[in-house]
Amino acid sequence: MVRSKFFVSLISSLGIIALSVAWMPVPDAAAADPNTFNRLMKPPSKRNPPPTQDGIHDPGSIGTQGLQTPREAFKPLPPAQSGNYVDWVKAFDAKKIQPRFDSKDPKAKPVIMDLTIVRQVKGSMPDVIFPHKQHTEWLDCSNCHPVPFVPQKGANQMSMASIMLGESCGVCHGKVAFPVADCRRCHTETKGKATKTSAKAAAKPAKSKKK
Amino acid sequence: MQATIHITKLRLLPVAMLLLVGSAAVRAEFGDIVLNNVSEQQGMRPVIFQHWFHRIRFQCRVCHNELKFEMRVGATQVTMDQISQGRFCGACHNGEIAWTVENCDLCHTGKPGLTTKIQGGHETKGPGIW
Ligand code: HEC
Ligand code: HEC
Ligand code: HEC
Ligand code: HEC
Ligand code: HEC
Ligand code: HEC
Repeated sequence: MVRSKFFVSLISSLGIIALSVAWMPVPDAAAADPNTFNRLMKPPSKRNPPPTQDGIHDPGSIGTQGLQTPREAFKPLPPAQSGNYVDWVKAFDAKKIQPRFDSKDPKAKPVIMDLTIVRQVKGSMPDVIFPHKQHTEWLDCSNCHPVPFVPQKGANQMSMASIMLGESCGVCHGKVAFPVADCRRCHTETKGKATKTSAKAAAKPAKSKKK
Repeated sequence: MQATIHITKLRLLPVAMLLLVGSAAVRAEFGDIVLNNVSEQQGMRPVIFQHWFHRIRFQCRVCHNELKFEMRVGATQVTMDQISQGRFCGACHNGEIAWTVENCDLCHTGKPGLTTKIQGGHETKGPGIW
């Protein structure tokens, strides 16, 4: 009897300490150490968390328990630096995934257009190559033409600022397609070469830019 | 006997508090979408749609051209009535391409109070996601 009273008081005082820790305005219970090496950047172990821990799915719902964990699905896919941390272009090219073109017919094939557009960039960053190929592997012309892009080379105003606000390329990049963090996947063409680009010449670096 | 019940309760409380605070930090998968135009008003949890899961199986054009989903969150007016008639999510969640609409709990999985928007994209700000 005495022993269990002791336990009750011990555990309740521990509970109060834990409670006060829990109420402190820390962003993450695990980040209680103020001098963690990376204060703001997510460590790789925290990427692609299971739905029960992602902060938007309700862990109390039975459905949530039944959902797949992204980490598990992404294991066989080529990695990338940001976004889902999956290189969807490589995954597609290597046939690691075979997303259907049509909701019902698994054999229907997309009409792929291989036309690259070089956009000359102000300042020191390499020029931007827009490849129609990688886009028409996923998208329909009408997803981009006439909104957000008039189908005419050089006819559209683009800037990094508008992309980060979710316009122009930012309609997809930074939301579902790889985000702005991966500068070098868009800024691929070294300066000066752009003046003599034909569609072919530009297509080469666009494909081989990542070793 | 009383004491044991007491102990278990006291032990679980701080654990539960820790869990609550810990999960308050949102680190949703890139491209996850919350749809809550009508769900919570009608007493259901918000719907969570995962781009990563579906793009492994379908190209963007299937949903954003063939099935007429807008590329702007919340812009498509989706209702359960339309879904059960085979439109939007119901074009696939029909028992032929994917499991049927009777699995309410698999779609309506969101935490109460979430608003209709994309999660995990740059619009959530915060350096961790770039
Ligand atoms: C183009 C077809 C298609 C459309 C449209 C579609 N889905 Fe799916 N969905 C699928 C397929 C295929 C699966 C995998 C089914 C299986 O595992 O049997 C799936 C699975 C899911 C899953 C479970 C994921 C997991 O972890 O197993 C959820 C949740 C889901 N869909 C929600 C939605 C919602 C919400 C919508 C509408 C906004 C929607 N889907 C529209 C085809 C579709
Ligand atoms: C992901 C978005 C996207 C998709 C999908 C897309 N385009 Fe384009 N398209 C662009 C951009 C960006 C430009 C360049 C506009 C500029 O430079 O201002 C362009 C330019 C063009 C041009 C003008 C080329 C020139 O030399 O003037 C044509 C023609 C064109 N697209 C046709 C198509 C067709 C046909 C499809 C479908 C097979 C398609 N596009 C799919 C984004 C897209
Ligand atoms: C309608 C949506 C959409 C728009 C608008 C869009 N993209 Fe993309 N883009 C994609 C998707 C989807 C992919 C496939 C890769 C992924 O999802 O991460 C892709 C891939 C790419 C790639 C291929 C990267 C590689 O590794 O080969 C480049 C380069 C690119 N986009 C540049 C641009 C530029 C520049 C613009 C603006 C002129 C733009 N995109 C506009 C959806 C879009
Ligand atoms: C989705 C493709 C994409 C990504 C990713 C991207 N850019 Fe850009 N960037 C563009 C486009 C398109 C332009 C406008 C080119 C033009 O003027 O036609 C541009 C323009 C620029 C400019 C010139 C100034 C301006 O705003 O026009 C700078 C500097 C720049 N980008 C830096 C960066 C840096 C740094 C990163 C990485 C953090 C980055 N970009 C990532 C597509 C991209
Ligand atoms: C299975 C169906 C499905 C597929 C496949 C799909 N999407 Fe979506 N997407 C949706 C739904 C549903 C929404 C929400 C639409 C709404 O609320 O009106 C959405 C919204 C979006 C948005 C708007 C985000 C915002 O912040 O407003 C973008 C951009 C987008 N999708 C891009 C893509 C790209 C790029 C792909 C291909 C890599 C893709 N989607 C594949 C169903 C799909
Ligand atoms: C395939 C995914 C999916 C499944 C399965 C599903 N729902 Fe929904 N439901 C949705 C979407 C998407 C919406 C619209 C979301 C929004 O904007 O609030 C919705 C909206 C609703 C609404 C709001 C009002 C209305 O009638 O549209 C109710 C109520 C609802 N669902 C109940 C249910 C019930 C009950 C079930 C099981 C029998 C169910 N849902 C199964 C996707 C689903």
